[in-house]
Amino acid sequence: MSAERTKEPFRFYTRLSLREATGLRAITLSQLLKFIRTVPGSVIYHHTHHYLQQHQYLTPEPPNDFAYWVTEVLGEEKLGEQLASIDTIQFQSIRALRERIAEVIEEHLKGRPLLRLRVADPEEAFHFVKAVSVVVPTPYQANHLEEFAECLKAVTIDSLYFHIFEARIRLQRGPNDFSTWLESIGERDLAQAVASLDPYTHTMEELRQTILRLVHDRLSVKERART
Amino acid sequence: MIPSLEAYEPIVGRQVIEELRFLAERLKPCRIQHINSTAVGGGVAEILNRLVPLLSELGFSTRWDVIKGGEAFFQVTKKFHNALHGQPATIARQDYRIFLEATEQNLKTLPLEGDVIFVHDPQPAGLIKAKSSHGGRWVWRCHIDVSAPHMEAWRFLRGFVDQYDAAIFSTPQFVQRLPIRQFLIAPSIDPLSKKNEELSEETTASVLHRLGIPQDKPLVTQISRFDALKDPLGVIEAFRLVRKTTDCRLILAGGGASDDPEGAEVLAEVREKAHGDSDILVLELPPGSDVEINAIQRASAVVVQKSIREGFGLTVSEALWKAKPVVASAVGGIPLQIAHKHSGLLCRSVEGAAFLIKQCLNSPAYAKRLGENGREHIRHNFLLTRHLKEYLLLIIALDHAEEVIRL
Repeated sequence: MSAERTKEPFRFYTRLSLREATGLRAITLSQLLKFIRTVPGSVIYHHTHHYLQQHQYLTPEPPNDFAYWVTEVLGEEKLGEQLASIDTIQFQSIRALRERIAEVIEEHLKGRPLLRLRVADPEEAFHFVKAVSVVVPTPYQANHLEEFAECLKAVTIDSLYFHIFEARIRLQRGPNDFSTWLESIGERDLAQAVASLDPYTHTMEELRQTILRLVHDRLSVKERART
Repeated sequence: MIPSLEAYEPIVGRQVIEELRFLAERLKPCRIQHINSTAVGGGVAEILNRLVPLLSELGFSTRWDVIKGGEAFFQVTKKFHNALHGQPATIARQDYRIFLEATEQNLKTLPLEGDVIFVHDPQPAGLIKAKSSHGGRWVWRCHIDVSAPHMEAWRFLRGFVDQYDAAIFSTPQFVQRLPIRQFLIAPSIDPLSKKNEELSEETTASVLHRLGIPQDKPLVTQISRFDALKDPLGVIEAFRLVRKTTDCRLILAGGGASDDPEGAEVLAEVREKAHGDSDILVLELPPGSDVEINAIQRASAVVVQKSIREGFGLTVSEALWKAKPVVASAVGGIPLQIAHKHSGLLCRSVEGAAFLIKQCLNSPAYAKRLGENGREHIRHNFLLTRHLKEYLLLIIALDHAEEVIRL
């Protein structure tokens, strides 16, 4: 048994999600802004994160639905670019992220007041949807770093998503669950390295490989130290 | 033979199957009942034929019942169906009476045994009257596009829908303002059905030979009912623009002309427009031509779905599952299935469709990448196992108001 065995193993969970409609829709930028300010946090979370799970294997692009709609439907490319480039990793909570999105739209509207009059085709309205998450345990559990690497190779990307994205911004459990656990087993540098990754600019598979590489590098160093 | 849950493991992975079993364990004992209006034909029956056995395999006591109704009832429900789709309609007092009488008759004879009862589409919606006596959770599953319904028909239906515990729609565009929770569950394809299972090259070639489709040129295909909303004439126009510079052959294949006067009219127009052009093949396929559709999709260089309006447009998922590059209109549920330039191409006009078809034919490496990405997108989001999982999650969510549920 490895020396760094801890009393608190890392249990991998996964997050299964269901979409729930709010019945709210926007056809103008003013309406979009009004609802962004008032809808539940789970709606903002859905529209800024669902793309990561649905298209993660395609592109590391971190788009959000607001940016997409503003660009593709309203034809406001500059605002779309500003919304798409909001650096989500900088925000610790959905509340803070929501504030930033609303500020960007508000600023843009101040400079272009006539934009309030632009109306989207009702068929292309923005529909507000929220994410209901069901968190379930997986059979994977790690007692030490070697096992952690094995589990990380095996879990689904939904599990990875839960411990990296959902834990951080929705459940506000620090940078991510992996770093918290690594810290608890004395792997401070590794914890820091994982925490400093920007997960929004990786595909989920790349993210898995990057974390695995960091863990394997650390295991090699320990192995060399032993011999 | 109906495939078991295990048969899906090589396609979706062990964990997806394990998650389904985990959710089922947490929910049991729970009796699940589905009620719809037909046992055969149509997308709803097709899905239930697969979902019900899988729910049973997961250990649920599951039953599927079909309401009864005479010819007059089904004429009225057809009228409601069209009206809810937004077509102009005159609904007489007599029509409401026929609907309500048939509902009362079914309430007397249809056994209600579910702890959770899924009622599919408008025809059986009135059974909600039994909620107070039977109890349980009642969910109305709407498979049709009610984004712009005929108001009178919708008001009548709302009288029933509002009494359910929740409703399910396929896309956010179909959602209405209702006093009940509304969940979004997209339909799915079954990768192991005759329409989607793997086919050997020999089988594909022999089916094409039997259908008289030569394979000397790249095939551009649209498979759908002969219906003006699928815009087959627009597809011919797009094809002719493509062929100015790129040699290919068009296949328009589908059914719906034999039992539908409007379909026959559209088919006649299509034949007239294609007349004398040996590069356009118009094939009328009888119901149940699943292997034929499978083979045609697999043999195609590009699959097109240039619809003007769509319910969901699952033919797109079928083609993507076969790793085909797809050019399709950005309507209904199609944008959910295609991320433009990543897992397929979205168009909004004849010229746009032509340009994108040409791109696929002339850049095979790009087309291949689109198709492969498309297949992965369908694997993650539009297969039967995801559909089944969301039904189970929905049953869990019915008993939880919170947004993060821990099991």
